[in-house]
Amino acid sequence: MSTFDTVADIIADTADIPRDQITPESHAINDLGIDSLAFLDIAFAVDKKFGIKMPLEQWTQEVNEGKTPAENYFVLKNLCSRIDELVAAKTA
Amino acid sequence: MRLEYFEMIDRAASFDRDGRKLVATARVPLESPVFEGHFPGHPLVPGVLLTETMAQASGYLLLALNRLSHMPFLVGVDEARFRHFVTPGQDLSIEAAFDQEGSGYAATKAKIRVEGKLVASASLRFALTPFPADMKNLMLAQITRIGLGSEIPA
Repeated sequence: MSTFDTVADIIADTADIPRDQITPESHAINDLGIDSLAFLDIAFAVDKKFGIKMPLEQWTQEVNEGKTPAENYFVLKNLCSRIDELVAAKTA
Repeated sequence: MRLEYFEMIDRAASFDRDGRKLVATARVPLESPVFEGHFPGHPLVPGVLLTETMAQASGYLLLALNRLSHMPFLVGVDEARFRHFVTPGQDLSIEAAFDQEGSGYAATKAKIRVEGKLVASASLRFALTPFPADMKNLMLAQITRIGLGSEIPA
């Protein structure tokens, strides 16, 4: 199963969003309406599934300070790339 | 325990920073308005209050581990089980063990035993946030009350 499929299943399950509404182009906040509390649930499940620690607070800070566009972290295909990078860094 | 004030933990019996585990004690009061409704003539500690007891033990564990840097707020309860009735006058041993942490959250597993017998268990999840105004002093007072004050730097 691809990273995207795994993450989409987790989002569908934890945030109660129909699976077919979740695409690689979906923005987790703007399109799917995932709030910060739901994001904690998703981070918990993603961290557990992939054996990583998504630095959500750091990402949020970067976005709030204008250092990184929100799309880099919160559009799902990009989020999955970040997850793949964290997994690769763990196994490197 | 002072059920009406949601003061569920009496004392920290042991705290293991390296093993990331806390064991706390609590004695169920002989009388409480809670028992007048739950249930008249058949007093039982409600499962929701046993959950709160496990959450508070977990909260104290996380506060002691992070030395009061962030406030844990309960955001999730999974796999809660209540295996035996808990009644007035019983002594509870509450164990809270660290399970998982990430950016802005932590998870614990907690158990309550009476005379060595498992009566309740749950997996709990907390959001870790900056302390709301004045709450840090309140939590320091509670941490000190249960005997964990020495774990917090002055």
